[in-house]
Amino acid sequence: MKKWITAILTLASINTFALTVDEIVEKANQVAYYAGEDGQADVKMVITDAGGGERVREFRILRKNTGEGTQKFYVYFTEPADVARQVFMVWKEVAQGKDDSRWLFLPALNLVKPIAPGDKRTSFVGSDFVYEDVSGRALWEDTHELTGETDTHYIVKNTPKNPDAVDFSEYTVSIDKETFLPVKAEYLDKNGKLYRRVEATKIETVQGFPTVIESKVSDLARGGHTVNTFNNIKYDTGLKEMIFTERFLRRPPREATR
Amino acid sequence: MKKLILAAILIASLSFAADIETSGFVDARYGIRTQSDPNSDQETLNELRLQLSSIWYHDLFTLTARSDFLVNGVANSHDRIDLETGEGPIDLRELNVLFTPVDWADVKIGRQILTWGTGDLLFINDLFSKDWKSFFAGRDEEYLKAPSDALFMSFFPSFATIDVAYMPRFDSDRFIDGERFSYWGGTGLTGTDLQTDKPNDWFNDDEIAVRVYRTFKGVEFAGYLYDGFWKTPQGFDPLSGQNTFPKLTVYGASARGALAGGIANLEAGYYDSRDDRNSTDPFIPDSQVRLLAGYEHELATDLTGSAQYYLEHTPDTDHNRHVMTVRLTQRLMNQNLTLGLFTYWSPSDQDGYLRPSAAYKLTDNWLLEARGNFFFGKNNSTFFGQFADNNNVALAVRYSF
Repeated sequence: MKKWITAILTLASINTFALTVDEIVEKANQVAYYAGEDGQADVKMVITDAGGGERVREFRILRKNTGEGTQKFYVYFTEPADVARQVFMVWKEVAQGKDDSRWLFLPALNLVKPIAPGDKRTSFVGSDFVYEDVSGRALWEDTHELTGETDTHYIVKNTPKNPDAVDFSEYTVSIDKETFLPVKAEYLDKNGKLYRRVEATKIETVQGFPTVIESKVSDLARGGHTVNTFNNIKYDTGLKEMIFTERFLRRPPREATR
Repeated sequence: MKKLILAAILIASLSFAADIETSGFVDARYGIRTQSDPNSDQETLNELRLQLSSIWYHDLFTLTARSDFLVNGVANSHDRIDLETGEGPIDLRELNVLFTPVDWADVKIGRQILTWGTGDLLFINDLFSKDWKSFFAGRDEEYLKAPSDALFMSFFPSFATIDVAYMPRFDSDRFIDGERFSYWGGTGLTGTDLQTDKPNDWFNDDEIAVRVYRTFKGVEFAGYLYDGFWKTPQGFDPLSGQNTFPKLTVYGASARGALAGGIANLEAGYYDSRDDRNSTDPFIPDSQVRLLAGYEHELATDLTGSAQYYLEHTPDTDHNRHVMTVRLTQRLMNQNLTLGLFTYWSPSDQDGYLRPSAAYKLTDNWLLEARGNFFFGKNNSTFFGQFADNNNVALAVRYSF
């Protein structure tokens, strides 16, 4: 009996105090990208180039979790004027060997255009964010190593399994121990030099979910940065999966326009 | 001019009501031939355009109004409003209402832009009107699509999506007719106004277009039907001396999906030239089989390439017209500078068409743009060869709001 109690206590303590690195990144991934069954936010993106010039993008983003790691995203642009009412839609895949499906809707032509799966490390709408920052990077693409721990954070080093497919050699993520929200990621280039930083600069709890309400990407090599502010954040609004179809690309649903 | 201002104010004032999104742009554009043309003026474009667009999202419907107001230095019919051709001071792009009468259907009635099919600047089953004048003159690519006055219905049963477009009166393309651009007139290049006899009886000379599509394992399959007329005046009536739009029915299919990290597409159509099924009338185009295969892939970060092969096969004469296209798009400077090149080349006609472009977003509102349209061909009578005197460059500055 004593043995049993000891065994149970040991198991419990492993769970509470010594998460494996895979458990940490799995939890962090869930918290960062999968909160609730669905979510939405109004995003204001301010892009500042090295010379101080500013560009602004504004869009509503709708997300729905659709299965084992799969998600659907609907991004409805409102600013700048020349891209207003354009819609960008993603069906995200996480299984190895499966590509995301992506579409763009151009209202002036009433045209739904599939976009080649292509390079996820491409800039998202000209900002310092890349597509992968928006929808998340599949966990199997990197090996993860717990390299440090402070009172408040786990430090996880991630090394790509296929380094030729990406622009970095490794990146290190700080994960908040309490919320499991990743709060900082620093990327090293192929020569091991720090060139890119992604930070969660403001965090609030929304409907019980720890939520980044301001984030910043700095291009340390070229000197520009992009700040995202999230407003009007809602979870579990009961978004219907049918919104994420060609029908609603051509005819934006009220969930996107209101 | 007064009417123009009134109409502009009307659209603008709509935006003061609730739940209405308004946007638009002012676009100044100048185009000039890079060689002289004995049949046309040197200037191909000289226009100032205001576009106003309003959308009213109501619980029960969505109302869209989008119109261009032009001050135009080149068009012949400068003062007359002609909503069919879009020439004159007003080019109404959209005025339609969209509603959902039942869960499984959407209906859009009114003037609208209609697009489908898989080709990139090549069209087999998209027989909605095109504006070739705008395309050749270096206007924004969105102007290649001319508006249609249509009843558009979409049905969403579980097994597929069905789109039906009904145009109660035939909308032809805005084709090359000698205004701005010269063309092959049968014996030589000419700039004289093309005389046409266009079917224009409401509900008699109508068009219907149907598409049925569904996605299966990531590949979108579609079937198409069109019943109407050839969209450009390819027929000729020797009695009246006028060019005509003979009857046409098109049956087609397409498939499109991801392939090896890119997007591949296949499309086919049978053009049934109903006025001359036996190919006995030399003044009416013969029936044709048209095929298209394309592939698009990202070549490097912010550099996209695509290629297409297109075939027009005329069974009765066993004639083949082959066309190849290549598109390259490079985005630079945080995607604020876009360089593009689209190339048509026909090895069978020995002609082609180059469309280079450069667009720079000076700020979020200001855009500078340059476009080129260069035609070449061994003979003046071929599809692109006939436009050899129309090579032009266009420069534009646009303010979006």
